[in-house]
Amino acid sequence: MMGQTAVAVKADNFYHQSTNKYSGILSWLLTIDHKRIGLMYMVSIIFFFLVGVIVGVLMRLELMAPGKTIVDAQTYNALFTLHGVIMIFLFIIPGLPAIFGNFFLPIQIGARDVAFPRLNLLSYYLYVIGAVLALLSLVLPGGPIDTGWTFYIPYSVRSTTNISLPLLAAFILGFSSILTGLNFITTVHRLRAPGMGFFKMPLFVWATYATAWVQIIATPVVGITILLVIIERLFGVGIFDPALGGDPILFQHMFWIYSHPAVYIMILPAMGVVSEIIPTFSRRTIFGYTAIAMSSLAIAFVGYLVWAHHMFTSGMSDTARWIFSLLTFLVALPSGVKVFNWVATMYKGSIDPQPPFLWVMAFIFLFSIGGLTGLVLGALATDVHVHDTYFVVAHFHFVMFGGTGTIFFAALHYWFPKMFGRMYNVKFARISVATFFIGFMLLYFPKFIMGYMGMPRRYYDYLPQFANLQMISTIGSWILSGTIFFIVGYLLHALFKGPKAPSNPWGGVTLEWHIQSPPIMENFKTIPTITHEPYDFSQLKEMKNA
Amino acid sequence: MRNDHEAVVVEQHVHRDDVGARMGMWLFLFTEVLLFGGMFLVYAVYRYQHTNDFRLAAMELNTGIGTLNTIILLTSSLTVALAIAAIQKKNKFLSILLLSVTILFAFMFMVNKYFEWSAKFEHGIYPGSEELLNRSNGQILFFGLYYVMTGLHGLHVIIGVVILLFILVFIIRDKVTFDNYVKLENAGLYWHLVDLIWIFLFPLFYLIQ
Repeated sequence: MMGQTAVAVKADNFYHQSTNKYSGILSWLLTIDHKRIGLMYMVSIIFFFLVGVIVGVLMRLELMAPGKTIVDAQTYNALFTLHGVIMIFLFIIPGLPAIFGNFFLPIQIGARDVAFPRLNLLSYYLYVIGAVLALLSLVLPGGPIDTGWTFYIPYSVRSTTNISLPLLAAFILGFSSILTGLNFITTVHRLRAPGMGFFKMPLFVWATYATAWVQIIATPVVGITILLVIIERLFGVGIFDPALGGDPILFQHMFWIYSHPAVYIMILPAMGVVSEIIPTFSRRTIFGYTAIAMSSLAIAFVGYLVWAHHMFTSGMSDTARWIFSLLTFLVALPSGVKVFNWVATMYKGSIDPQPPFLWVMAFIFLFSIGGLTGLVLGALATDVHVHDTYFVVAHFHFVMFGGTGTIFFAALHYWFPKMFGRMYNVKFARISVATFFIGFMLLYFPKFIMGYMGMPRRYYDYLPQFANLQMISTIGSWILSGTIFFIVGYLLHALFKGPKAPSNPWGGVTLEWHIQSPPIMENFKTIPTITHEPYDFSQLKEMKNA
Repeated sequence: MRNDHEAVVVEQHVHRDDVGARMGMWLFLFTEVLLFGGMFLVYAVYRYQHTNDFRLAAMELNTGIGTLNTIILLTSSLTVALAIAAIQKKNKFLSILLLSVTILFAFMFMVNKYFEWSAKFEHGIYPGSEELLNRSNGQILFFGLYYVMTGLHGLHVIIGVVILLFILVFIIRDKVTFDNYVKLENAGLYWHLVDLIWIFLFPLFYLIQ
């Protein structure tokens, strides 16, 4: 480890400085400090993530053996819907931008806070309200929603379970997401420190910036779609009801116009975190800075135009199908650009395999599998065969959990000492990467095989020939969830009992490593003037002497 | 965690940045345009599928009330713009007056809308009504979209009125002044958006027959 100048952590940091006149819990609940809001998001989001994990484990338990194992079919329908809704709307969409974007985006561009601090707090409470409504719908009469997280019409209009309330929750969560995106875009445009041109911004900022645009462009469309479904349920206007002339496939189009770009909301910030971690632990400037920055924007743009590849079997003209297939292949290119640049950055670097770097290694491996199997789904002929099978489920979990989920842990391990001023047990962290990887492969890789053999997704029961693979998958879920709870455990321990962390434990050079851990309120005593390129490691010497 | 409660209040955490505030507002308006864009997309698809039914159904709408409401909203956009000009010229009273007129126009719009919808209801034309269900699918969709789109627009008028009322109070209490009027500007922008959406709704529902 470099930069080990043991800076004594000063007592004055943002944990002791309030933006309002209150102290104690109210100083947190009413705070407008971006770091505190980021931490409040962190607590809420990790809570819901763990709930989602438990639901996932229950699903795997049910599927451990053919026939009924622990729950009945209707409960299983509710479980997979719940798992999807929680993981997507409450964990992975807000996850990286709301926690790490909030905490580090202003710091990395040399700002004291985001452009609209009060709006930022409002976004948080909208998130909370959305989450509460979603949970409320589980216990209210009618029963938990059972449509799957895609809310497909006409079932979502006919089902007698609570549909409108979780839909409203999704709408409110979308609004929260829009406000966060709007805040970040304005922050990047207005609050960069002197000398911080757009092409001196760290790549995490670029990625979050591109994400923010997707949030703004895509989310309103699903907002109106969700409202239309609620209106359909309440008044029966017929817009999506075939009996009255409406078109259910139009719903699918409008749903995916958002929900496909949403996967880029999920993955782009993760790619930004990777672009931070790799240079730091390779002691080498990033290879192809401009290419990585531009590929984020390219993904954001092209990603908006590929939605109908979710609907190759839904009824569309052949022309539309091959155009969407072509665009789908095109959107794989910028991701490829990034992967090659990351690998090239490591070449001749001085690699220090600390836990965040190991997480990134796991990410590159898992995400590449996820990305390449995406091409199988994007190709028309093969998609007809594997559409709506476990193959899709496996692909999605490899890119989302293997991609964004893994990087969520990478970011957590990378910035933990900065956020809390404490260090976790590095040995535990290394072990957990390994067991995470094993559990992950056991859990999700058999799904590729089962999907290829024809096992449909969302089925409660299955044929005996799938029994062995389903069993392996369930065993994987125990290892994986065990690892996750282990990680939460040692991080919580580090939070209270961990040794004090120096201000720059990894030898990073972006702005957050120039300030103390944990940072002070408003981050900088004086706003820095930026003279270096973002990943110029020649700064390390001056930083040590400073 | 680390609980010595010496809360140091950091003064002026929220800094003033008019350009940033306007930028944020424009981005927000952009999302509003996309929200209605989804509706316009649905309208376009169904109009293409049921051209003749849409034409027939549109003839039943009251073009007179629609025109009147268009005039009202366009004028209210003018008055809110003049309210900004007035505050720039340090004429607080005129600004308050013009803003009040804007709000009055908004109420007139909603009253007209109320009478228009009630008339339709009296003729038994509303979602799920027997009268409507006996008609062709195209007409059902036309009136469905009519209620949803003008309803959503009406909701935006109401939100706009609430925003304008807040700004009115701000002006009265001198929180919006000649050298700090970005809140009024942003409220005006929102009001122009409400107007703009109506300018598209009006021909699509009332004029193309």
